[in-house]
Amino acid sequence: MLVEGIKSRPVYGVLAPQPGLSHIIVAEGEGAEAVLRMAEAAPAGFFAKSHLIFVPRGGDRPDRADGLRALGAADFQSVGSPADAAAAVATLLRDAKMGTQVYVTGTEGLIGLVVQAAETAGIDHASIHTEHRGSMARRVQCVHCKGITENVTTQPVKCSHCGLTLLVRDHYSRRIGAFQGVCIDAEEPGTAPRPEELFK
Amino acid sequence: MNRGEGKLSVVVDRVDTITPMIKRFSFRARDGGELPRFSGGAHVIVEMPDGEILRRNPYSLMSDPADPSRYAISVRRDEAGRGGSRFMHEKVREGMELTISMPVNMFPSDRRARKHLLLAGGIGITPFVPHILELAAAGAAFELHYNVRTREQGAYAEDLARRFGDRVHVYETDLGEGFDLDAILSDQPLGTHLYVCGPKGMITDVIGRASEFGWPGQNVHYEEFLAPQPGKPYQVELARSGITVEVASHQSLLEAIEAAGVDAPYLCRGGACGQCETAVVSCDGQILHNDHYLTDEEKASGEKIMVCVSRFEGRRLVIDR
Repeated sequence: MLVEGIKSRPVYGVLAPQPGLSHIIVAEGEGAEAVLRMAEAAPAGFFAKSHLIFVPRGGDRPDRADGLRALGAADFQSVGSPADAAAAVATLLRDAKMGTQVYVTGTEGLIGLVVQAAETAGIDHASIHTEHRGSMARRVQCVHCKGITENVTTQPVKCSHCGLTLLVRDHYSRRIGAFQGVCIDAEEPGTAPRPEELFK
Repeated sequence: MNRGEGKLSVVVDRVDTITPMIKRFSFRARDGGELPRFSGGAHVIVEMPDGEILRRNPYSLMSDPADPSRYAISVRRDEAGRGGSRFMHEKVREGMELTISMPVNMFPSDRRARKHLLLAGGIGITPFVPHILELAAAGAAFELHYNVRTREQGAYAEDLARRFGDRVHVYETDLGEGFDLDAILSDQPLGTHLYVCGPKGMITDVIGRASEFGWPGQNVHYEEFLAPQPGKPYQVELARSGITVEVASHQSLLEAIEAAGVDAPYLCRGGACGQCETAVVSCDGQILHNDHYLTDEEKASGEKIMVCVSRFEGRRLVIDR
């Protein structure tokens, strides 16, 4: 059902230490492993000018936070949700200077929110360093009621706001930080296929 | 306005001596009409019929983009060059008719920038004059740092400083002054775009330092026109045209192709824009890549040549033209 080759579909990379005057690093759940792997290649003094924000996932191993804390970042903060992480990034970037690097790793939902916050602060999305880790769950915006449904793992999915059955597309909005969901059975209501778990 | 083949017929309206080395040439349309609009950072190619040779050199436009009645360029006399700047200085007079290309912009400002940081060295000030006029008119934040040898040689320094006050910083390198690159680069608000134009060494320093300070490539812009380098004469076979051309030691491959009556695409004639990229059919020898358009991998592959500035040494070169 997914249309291939949609250009707005985000492409993620692999985190690597960049030159910079300061670094803001956001990790969610399994993303902690990406930060630990990046740390192996980090030059001396890298974490002394870094601010690390961690979003534990439900059922996360407690040693993940400990591992990140041990990196010795100038500042370490554990927050409750991707939205909180994005808000923390927005605050840090308010008076930031050029030379501030932003790294984000975790689910697509978290990456989308942080990229959105960084772009609003004036950073080109292409210069934000991202690595996808963990669940493939998507943030989906219903194009009909504009409501956002978080952690979507099935195709199709029921909009958590208006109840329409939505086809989740690869069509992505950086502005909103979400994939587009379009009513799948508008012509003949009730003929939607059974949801399959597609975004684990 | 006559726009045959994207060219403009102009009359030299004024010639001003700005410094002992720099002259400013102002052009108006030959038919008295408006010239095409351009944006800050644009350049034109000026055609110079110099005896048997037709020279074509790029020069940044430096007049006010809001004024379609005139274009202006500044030319620094280069005694060691191939002769284009000497031609402009010695032969071009008020009232003379010239042919120039339509404006092309390879160095525009990025209007998404929160602030524009302009770094100029010497004659590299020229593209920034229209940039500043445009940015000031749009109410955009900008800051110019301009290194010149002496105030006297600093074309337009006084004028810019008078009009734009503390947004313009001029440094006289003969007095040991110069902008403090590290201090400037480390104190710019997020969303600043950096533009640099000047001598090669300065461009290299600024790009390198910005990268070390964590400035993303998306925010760093530069313009450097390369003059075609002279070298040993050689022959090139043009496969599609079925002819062989001789490239003289002070001629570029592009000029030799044009002299043979073969039409070849170009925009900047300075190794920057990529328009003249030509496929190499076969090569027995060494391509001397002088452009900064092709990547190192592309240069090493030997499959492409930028005919505006690159040369060849060896037994046989066949290109797809």
